[in-house]
Parts: sequence; C-alpha cells; structure tokens
Amino acid sequence: MKRIDSDTGLNLFKNSDLLELGEMADNVRKCLHPNDIVTFIVDRNINYTNICINKCRFCAFYRDADSPDAYVLSNDDIFRKIEETIALGGTQILLQGGIHPELNIDYYVGLLREIKGCYSINVHGFSPPEIFYLANRHHLTIRETLLILREAGLDSIPGGGAEILSDRVREVLSPKKIKSSQWLKVMEEAHNIGMRTTATMMFGSVEEPEDIIEHLDAIRKLQDKTGGFTAFIPWSFQPGNTELQTSKINTATAVDYLRILAFSRIYLDNIKNIQASWVTQGLKMAQIALRFGANDFGSTMIEENVVRAAGVNYTVSKEDIIQAIKDVGFKAVQRDTYYNFIKEF
Amino acid sequence: MLSSISNKVLSGQRLTREDAISLFKSNDLFTIGRLAGYVAEKKNSKNAYFIVNRHINPTNICINRCKFCAFSCSKGEEGAYELTIEEIIGKLKPSAINCQPFSEVHIVGGLHPDLQFEYYLKMLSAIKREFPSIAIKAFTAVEIDYMSKIAGLSLEETLIRLKESGLDLMPGGGAEIFAESVRSRLCPEKITGSRWLEIHEVAHKVGIKTNATMLYGHLESLEDRVEHLLKLRDLQDKTGGFQAFIPLSYHPKNTEIGGYYSSGIDDLKTIAISRLMLDNFHHIKAYWIMLGEKVSQVALLFGADDIDGTVIEEKITHSAGAMSGEGMTKEELVYLIKKAGKNPVERDAFYNPI
Repeated sequence: MKRIDSDTGLNLFKNSDLLELGEMADNVRKCLHPNDIVTFIVDRNINYTNICINKCRFCAFYRDADSPDAYVLSNDDIFRKIEETIALGGTQILLQGGIHPELNIDYYVGLLREIKGCYSINVHGFSPPEIFYLANRHHLTIRETLLILREAGLDSIPGGGAEILSDRVREVLSPKKIKSSQWLKVMEEAHNIGMRTTATMMFGSVEEPEDIIEHLDAIRKLQDKTGGFTAFIPWSFQPGNTELQTSKINTATAVDYLRILAFSRIYLDNIKNIQASWVTQGLKMAQIALRFGANDFGSTMIEENVVRAAGVNYTVSKEDIIQAIKDVGFKAVQRDTYYNFIKEF
Repeated sequence: MLSSISNKVLSGQRLTREDAISLFKSNDLFTIGRLAGYVAEKKNSKNAYFIVNRHINPTNICINRCKFCAFSCSKGEEGAYELTIEEIIGKLKPSAINCQPFSEVHIVGGLHPDLQFEYYLKMLSAIKREFPSIAIKAFTAVEIDYMSKIAGLSLEETLIRLKESGLDLMPGGGAEIFAESVRSRLCPEKITGSRWLEIHEVAHKVGIKTNATMLYGHLESLEDRVEHLLKLRDLQDKTGGFQAFIPLSYHPKNTEIGGYYSSGIDDLKTIAISRLMLDNFHHIKAYWIMLGEKVSQVALLFGADDIDGTVIEEKITHSAGAMSGEGMTKEELVYLIKKAGKNPVERDAFYNPI
C-alpha cells in the first residue's frame, strides 16, 4: 500500500465512512499479521509515586507532596508486587510515576539495580517526562541519563506523556509538561542507544483533527529515522475527577475511538503493532477494535491506577483476555516486551 | 462470498434461512454492517430514535427462577421485594428525579405467587389517573400467561381487561430463544416459545402493539437464532403488530448457567443480521443497558435505529453484571447519536417524533 501524506490523511480521517476506514485498517492488519494471532503481555503497572509537579489538567492521579493520600512506594512494596507478577507468569513491569521533586537519579539507579539483582523481569519504565526531568535536574544529557538508567537495569521505555504531540494542545492540557519536541528527543535518543519504546496518544480532549495528524506524522517521521517504536497505543481522555472535566458529553465516544484506531493503523505504516485499549474502552470494544486495526490486546495490568483514578474501572483477568480474543476468532498468544511469542493459549 | 446475499438485499428480496446461517458464519463484518446500514437507512433514513422513559420492576419475587436470571428471588429470601402501587406512582413523579416528564414507563416483574389480577389492573389505572400522558408498556408474555391463569380468564379477555385499565403496549421480554431444546435447559418453568408467540398474536389482535426480543450468547446454536428470527418474521407477516426487535446479549454473572459475555463482534453481527432478516420490522433496537453505551453507539452503524432511552433505574441486567450505567440523560443520548453521524429523534412510545 502506498503511504498516505498528511493532507490525504486529514481528509480520510475527517470524511471517510467508518466502516470503509475500518475495513481498510482490517486489511492492513491482516497483511502485517497474517496468522490471525492477537498478542497480549502479562505485566503489572507499578506506579511508584503519585506525587507530581506537572499537574496536568487531564490527570486525576497526581497529588501534591503534602496531600493526605500522596505516596511513594517503598522498595519492599515494589518487590512484593514484582514477585506477585512473576507468580502470575508475568514477564514485564511497567514502572511509572509522577514527576517527584525529591527523587534523584540515585533513587532510580538504586531501585533498578535492586530489581535486576533479585528478579529476572523486563523493566519497561519511566516515560519521557520522567527521563527529561532527571536529565535536567542532574545537568546530564538525555543520552547520558538513558545510559545510566540502562546500565542500572532499565530495558525499555513506555510511550506515555505523549498526550497530543502538538504544543498548541499541550499548552492547554499540560503547560508544565515537556514539549512535543522534547518527548520526541527522548524517544530518539533511546532508540539511538538501542532501547525500544512504545508510542501513545491521548485523544478526545481539546484537540482538532489537524492535531491528531500532526501527532501521527511526528511519530511516523521518527520511526522512519530510528525504527525503535514497537507499538502505537491510542486511548481516550477519561474526564472523571480531572481539572479538565466539563461533563461526560464532550468526550470521545466509541465511534471516535474506532475511527482514531483504524486511521492510526493505516497512517502508521512503519509501526508493526497497534494496541487495543480495554482499560479505557472495555472488553467488548477491545474485541471490536481487533477488526478496526488493532492486533494486540495490551497488558493484563494486574493493577492499574491512573485510569481508575478517573473513575473508569474495567476489571479483567488473564483468562478473560484470552477468552475475549478467542471469542472473536483469533489465536491468543502471550508475548514479551519485544513482541516475541511466548505461549499460545 | 456474500455477493448473492448482497444482491438480494440491494434489490429488496427477502433472505432465507440459509442466507441467515451464511451471514452468521461469515467473518465479513464490514459487508454485513454495510448491508444492514443500507436497510436501516432505507427504512428510517438517518434517524436514530430514543425515548425519555423509566423502568419499574414491581417485584423480583418469581416462581419461575430461570437459570440465566440473576434478578429473581423466592418469597421470603433475602433481598426479595415488592412495590406498592403508591411506591410505583412515587417513582414516576418527574420531581422525584428532576427530569422532564416521561413519555413511557416500562414495567416488568417476576411472577409473584400471591398478587391478584386486580393488583395489576389497579396499578395500570392508578398510573393512568395520575399521569394520563405517560404510555404504559408493561408485562411480558410470561406475565400475561400467568395473569390469565390467576384470573381464570382467556388470553383475549385478560389482555382486553388490561388494555381497558390502561395498558398501551407490551414489551418483548420472555422470548429468550424459542428452540425447545435450549429453552428446557435455560428456563424449564417458563412458557414455551409457541405460547409466547400465541400471546403476542392475541395482543396484536386486540390492538396492543408489542416488541420482540431474543436472548443470545448462552447455550443456543446459530440455527436456533435463525429459527427464532424466522418465527418472529412469520408472525409479523400475519399481524404487523411488532414495533421493534431487540436482541439481548446474555450476561453471565450471578446466574446458574455462568459462561461468558457475548463478544462485541457477535453483538454487532446479531444486530446487523436481525436488521437484514426482519424485513417487516420497522425498528431494530440496540438496547444500551445490555450492550453498554459504547457498543450500542457503534451498533447504530450496523443496522440499529433505536438506542432505547433514559431508563433511570435498571435492576434485571445489572443483577447479572451489566457494565453499563443504570441511566443516561437525554443530552448524553443525543450526543452519542450525533457522534455516530445519525440524526437524533426523541420519540414517544409509538415512534411518533416529539
């Protein structure tokens, strides 16, 4: 299939019939993943702290340091969570937290060393805002920071904090968070030292279709350069308990989600995997997403704190995920961080 | 593979049993969806209907105790309840929930062992007296059968008495799956499929419009689903008394059968194939309480033209693990419909635009 440019893309995104777009995305997915395999990973989201100085307006998770429910997990708590994850067949932890003003690089290095000393598990950790903050704080380059963290045990980087890679939107959503170019810079440096990362997009807040295209275009360009993204994960803004909350009726609906998902599958022709988001959409919509471009069911999560803080809570077990994948005619395969197959169910 | 079916749909020919089975077995979700969308648009243009309504379940005490049901209780069991007529009237006062007046009340409940036929007649006339403008859609065929037994009246007399007291419409519940082999495992105490059809036929004859449903995703085969749809189509040919068909996705939590939720893809296909098979039904409803707000919205692109209504308080599906909310505001319904690219139309109980 020929690559579509941003003007054609904008037109397709805005004006196409959803079923036509879905069918195109489904065909692209079939070409890239011809064996009817849908993958998922057994991992756990560990949010080591909810203290954050960025205070994004779309976020319900962050707390001030002096808030009564502010926390930093002890290393022992983190180890217990890792042990539970391994007992459930987990291969990865997603380690992410707020931008905590007191935690310095020694904390991160110490934590990573201890984890790697005790456990054989992939640490997928610290999204670009966390990396960027550490680099600034210690007057290190991004590359130096990444090398230090990798040496201590960091394996790969999650794609969070991308939100919408358009500074016009970021100014409204998250004025204190790193800019679009800085997010991309962290990912580029990570790819350059051989680390793999994912890319995300949080849509359904204040962005326009042009911003969506800008976002996808930036990701596609970087992927052309580095090839370091394993997957793209779009999810929708969850307004509950956030500063941005206006009312339920201004947010992205199921139809919007499918349109974004299908369009991403078509536009991001150089990214192999697209994840469905059962965490924000529920299992039934995630099943439908498998016919609108997605080939991966994401993570079993075990625990999830950030979306739940916005009042959305779909509880799902590994068995539920396997059943959900099989029920719509796919083979369910557990994968590792790098999309290598581990086990078919 | 679906080209002969496509041709039939586009030229307005009726689909056969074999066509329906091919559609259910097909993996071509998009062709099925487009065909259903074509038929829906031909029948209802771009309209998607909703209603400002309220559900009331007068009692959960039920002598049937169907195995797929998580709502029913036996008398004396913890959690068993029955509402008085005054309590029902109280629930219908718009001031009670600060909302515009309802167009319709949907009343279904268990088969209570002690309540007399007069209780139901009084309930209807009390509602009509208090709220003359609210249409009453009440009592599934299962309840009507039971009432005719406790009243010692024929079906026709029972329905006429109910109608005289204020019954405007009947909901489509209790149809489940008509196939006896499944029904005997699912709900052995419940009336048979043919009795359900007979009751709806009599209702249509005495001038009561009704809905029809199908509970799917439990023990039934695809053939059972097709058979179910064909029986409804045949009766509709005869009477024309059905307003809408509502496929109901099975919810496994807290039921005796257990199992899994139907898949999102199955939900969309079932809506679409119902639209294609039931060429004599004007409306196909994607009931958001059952499907969830999200799948219902997507279903508007797969042949559905109605998303039900505000509901306010829903007990039956929520007892079995519904993941939807219990109610939606009118503004939320309008928003979902508009975002699906459809034209929202608030309707009354008889599908007249408001």
